[in-house]
Amino acid sequence: MIALLIRDLRLAMRAGGGFGLGLAFFLIVVTLVPFGVGPQSDLLARIAAGILWLGALLACLLSLDRILALDWEDGSLDLLATAPLPMEAIVSIKALAHWLTTGLPLVLFAPVFGLLMNLPEAGYKPLVLSLLLGTPALSVIGTFGAALTVGLKRGGLLLSLLVLPLYVPTLIFGAEMARRGVEGLDITTPMLMLAGITCGTIALLPFASAAVLRVNLR
Amino acid sequence: MNLNALWAYANPKKFIQATDRVLPWISILAVLSLVVGLVWGFFFTPEDYRQGSTVKIIYLHVPSALMAINAWLMMLVTSLVWIVRRHHVSALAARAAAPVGAVMTLIALATGAIWGQPMWGTWWAWDPRLTSFLILFLFYLGYIALWEAIEDDDTAADLTSILCLVGSVFALLSRYAVNFWNQGLHQGASLSLDKEENVADVFYYPLLVCIAGFVLLFIALVFLRTQTEIRARRMRALLARERMG
Amino acid sequence: MMPDLGKYAEAVLSSYAVSIVLLVVLVWLSVWRATRVRKQLEDIESKVKRDG
Repeated sequence: MIALLIRDLRLAMRAGGGFGLGLAFFLIVVTLVPFGVGPQSDLLARIAAGILWLGALLACLLSLDRILALDWEDGSLDLLATAPLPMEAIVSIKALAHWLTTGLPLVLFAPVFGLLMNLPEAGYKPLVLSLLLGTPALSVIGTFGAALTVGLKRGGLLLSLLVLPLYVPTLIFGAEMARRGVEGLDITTPMLMLAGITCGTIALLPFASAAVLRVNLR
Repeated sequence: MNLNALWAYANPKKFIQATDRVLPWISILAVLSLVVGLVWGFFFTPEDYRQGSTVKIIYLHVPSALMAINAWLMMLVTSLVWIVRRHHVSALAARAAAPVGAVMTLIALATGAIWGQPMWGTWWAWDPRLTSFLILFLFYLGYIALWEAIEDDDTAADLTSILCLVGSVFALLSRYAVNFWNQGLHQGASLSLDKEENVADVFYYPLLVCIAGFVLLFIALVFLRTQTEIRARRMRALLARERMG
Repeated sequence: MMPDLGKYAEAVLSSYAVSIVLLVVLVWLSVWRATRVRKQLEDIESKVKRDG
């Protein structure tokens, strides 16, 4: 199990895998937004939390098809399926590897991007906390979407159509938590809801992803 | 009726025979009640003292919104039946219902927007109910797209039914999340069994007829489309056998 | 015969028009595809019977 995780991580590090890509994409989004809405710093400060959350979501989406597609193409997914590891574990490991390579860097660098977006000082802690709580759910849900579309030729666009509606609750609670943090309001309720969603998806969704993957490998 | 007898209709041939027998009646009833309900509602109901004549939109808005949700529920049930008992008709019925549900959602959204313009002064407000319906519409689109994208029928049925299950959970979550996110302009439930005073009787009876019409129309369309799916699948099977032989 | 819709006539009429158009398109597409598939299937079935 750990070997699989290490293998996935190593693959992501090497050969221009998703590791730096997500961050670069995030940076581009943050750079482009002021061009779109204008450079007024008070406006940017107001929408900063939402933009950062949207950027995290899109950066996550961008790297989803890499989770399973490469393994599917070279046949190592079939090998993994015959391994003594249950499919649920494989899927969870895949999601974890995806989070470590895209979600975690985003969380760590979010304060820097917050700086670019003129985020008020009170907002940093809630923002980082909300991303830390929310991005694992994004990875797990994304793995489900990737498992659904793994056998398809033109899966990319379909993948976003399937996954984005599933991201709605996470996005709402995550962005709400960050926004309330910026305004100095109480963040407990959205934080608990966000944590609940993340725990629920981590606990339950791997079963669905594994079932889907088994169907696709049939 | 014995519940076990219901499973007999999971046989495609029997399903086609049975639905062929009832389909004309249901269609006639659907058209009849739709025409009666809408004409009654449009021509013979008074104006609301606050909303003026826009209250007449209710005869389209409420039934279509109801059917938009019920269609998804029906897809959820038939998906479960497919997963548990693997009756092909069930999976195909879910596939047949999805576009109907999507159109119902679209009607609810469109009439809602048109109604909102004079009442709230805006075509679109990020009101919880409107937003949830938009999200529901996205779910329908994803579901239909997944059916279209997969070639193998059984794989498609498996994957879409799991998507339907997962999607239902997330749709419900989104509903509550959206509620939490924004307080709405929307009025509360306009229809419920115990609180009839919500909608005055003059509006209530034609509305019931319209709802019946939408339900019947939905059933007729789902029967017809399921038949089509069964035939299309049989056709593919025959063609494949011919090519092999 | 036409009821007086007052200042909201546009809204009411357009929502009825939009809904009815959508419903008619949906029904028409369903029926059209049903008859087409039914006919194709009959063709193929008769051909299969003739050959086999």
